[in-house]
Amino acid sequence: MEILNQWAFIGIFFVLAPILPAVPIILAGVISPKKPNAIKQSTYECGVETVGDTWVQFKMQYYLYGLIFLIFDVEMVFLFPWALAYKQLDFAAFLAGLLFIFLLSDALVYAWRKKVLEWV
Amino acid sequence: MNFGEGLTPEAIAFGLFTLLTLGGAFGVVTTRNLVRGAIWLIVSLFGIAGFFVLLSAPFLASVQVLVYIGAIGILFSFAVMLTRGMTNLKERFNSQWWLAALAAVIAFMLLMVGVIIPVFGNTGAPVSDQVQTTVDLGVALVSGNQYVLPFEVASLLLTAAMIGAIVIAREDD
Amino acid sequence: MQCDNIINTLAPCLVQSGWNGDLANFISIFLGVVLVATFPLLVTIGLIWFERKFAARIQDRMGPNRVGPFGLLQPFADVIKLLGKENITPAGADKVIYNIAPPLMVMSVLLIWAVIPLTPIHVGMDLEIGALYFVSVASFGTLAVIFASWSSNNKYALLGAFRVVAQLISYEIPLAFALLVPVLLAGSMSLVDITNAQAGMWFVFMAPLSALLFFVSSQAETGRGPFDLLEAESELVAGFNIEYSGMKFALFFAGEFMHVFTNGVLMAVLFTGGYIGIGGIENSIPLLGLVFLLLKAFVWYLLALLVRNALPRVRIDQLMNFNWKFLVPVSIVNLVMMAFLFKVVQELGLAPAPGLENDFVANIPQTLVLFAGNVVLGLLILSVVRQNFRRERLEESAKSAIVPVGAGD
Repeated sequence: MEILNQWAFIGIFFVLAPILPAVPIILAGVISPKKPNAIKQSTYECGVETVGDTWVQFKMQYYLYGLIFLIFDVEMVFLFPWALAYKQLDFAAFLAGLLFIFLLSDALVYAWRKKVLEWV
Repeated sequence: MNFGEGLTPEAIAFGLFTLLTLGGAFGVVTTRNLVRGAIWLIVSLFGIAGFFVLLSAPFLASVQVLVYIGAIGILFSFAVMLTRGMTNLKERFNSQWWLAALAAVIAFMLLMVGVIIPVFGNTGAPVSDQVQTTVDLGVALVSGNQYVLPFEVASLLLTAAMIGAIVIAREDD
Repeated sequence: MQCDNIINTLAPCLVQSGWNGDLANFISIFLGVVLVATFPLLVTIGLIWFERKFAARIQDRMGPNRVGPFGLLQPFADVIKLLGKENITPAGADKVIYNIAPPLMVMSVLLIWAVIPLTPIHVGMDLEIGALYFVSVASFGTLAVIFASWSSNNKYALLGAFRVVAQLISYEIPLAFALLVPVLLAGSMSLVDITNAQAGMWFVFMAPLSALLFFVSSQAETGRGPFDLLEAESELVAGFNIEYSGMKFALFFAGEFMHVFTNGVLMAVLFTGGYIGIGGIENSIPLLGLVFLLLKAFVWYLLALLVRNALPRVRIDQLMNFNWKFLVPVSIVNLVMMAFLFKVVQELGLAPAPGLENDFVANIPQTLVLFAGNVVLGLLILSVVRQNFRRERLEESAKSAIVPVGAGD
């Protein structure tokens, strides 16, 4: 009960947060005119006929950014508890954190030197 | 809202999250569209974040959303969009479906025997009484006699993962 | 029964008049959620007018001035117009996901307000992991972009979305690194604790670089200028929301407007003391705390608007380079330096004695050391950047010296 009372606010918020902005959409859906036609619903490409599939092949570049982001995101998971407890830790904790960050900076330096971070 | 015996708000929340998790998982395996599959996966992962909240582990719940929905979900969508022509599958099952089914059943059995059955049933006091805070986690991560070595090894592992990903993803040189 | 906090006193009131406890509890929480969630939406309506007026003045225009005094009723007129607009769903769109994306975008911003301490006693929920929570829910915004672009079945939308997502996820890293500093200084992730830790001294004086890093990366997270590649009209037509029109399109923009102000609020909470006013007056009159918070947020918001309107848009390669080769390394070094100095300050006994944390004078030695560290690091970074650019310029001029004049390019 204790946990749920505490989290009920967030829970209800999660339910209500998408509903509130959905209200105007639904309202607009009810009162706006509905006169669809083929031209109106065609894909918007500045009047040019669409050529081929929407699924063009994307560059690997984007995926690499995603991967590097994932690594740093996981790093955050470790660094947040570290920063949280930092006030009550001794100097060794700073060194531990430093080593942790240093090792990961290595990866960033590697990516940099391998020109993964260049936008091509 | 006068709930009957056993039908506590926790139970309702648990049911909802179970529905999200299992429903999402069901959606992943049944949809023929890979992007939709990724979206169902996100729904499923969100349900698991809810479980972490119920276990009074808000830090893990937040991490679940941050890493699994924010990073892995996006990475999955990227991966799906990078594979051309794979977004709409004609067949729902491929020829090796029975192998996958067998592997899933065996894995589930192992999980049942190893993890679920030993702790099944009423285990006594609820978790919330002796909750470890996130601060304790932070202290444990860097104190010399606890997890400082795994902490650093995790960093090394992440570095290795990133370098490995870069080596594999880059075709040239 | 005192009625200073309606959310806390409503449930007991209802129970007294014979309601079921669980139901009364639920209703009071529900009303609290409705209050907290509609507040930013209402503020946004005003902000739309303000921002249009502000941008117009900068661009030497009048801005909205027809509907109502000073055009104040313009947003309402716009809402009515948008409600009457036809709902166009492009053929070949994935209808469900197409319609989920706009509310998801607004939701990602709205959810942040659940943990923001509005006054000393009014806070949606004092989450133990508040700081991590708002970074987490921001990822729903990125998802909304992916959903919107994929479901519209349009090449431009997809192309735009890939860029935006690359931008959003990239700038989340310096954002999180900068966020670690207030967490480290306050020793808590709860936004209430972070606010209260600044009763003696605002964190912006202890960690100006972190504040700057957070401000810049949150500006990029909103997709506002100079980082507005979301809607690079000249190259991508409109970006990920190209197939949206009417109310759905407006919701993406409402989300953006709200996000900018929410970032102002976050800056106020994390770096300039949130609801803390002068001489603890907010503790006796809690609603004044909300006024202080909004005032501080508004200052940051003005700064964001100024940056948006004054700077030209950067190129996509500049955008990515600026993040990965400047912001990320700087934010990492900044975190290490802050951690080091903070520990040194503690070991040397310069930190305020227990019980004196809220005293302004007791905080001065610590702040001086940290501020000096920030200044030194800032100068160091500037000199490195300068050297780099000088070397680049020299290389450029060396290259052009070899090529004979008129040899063609």
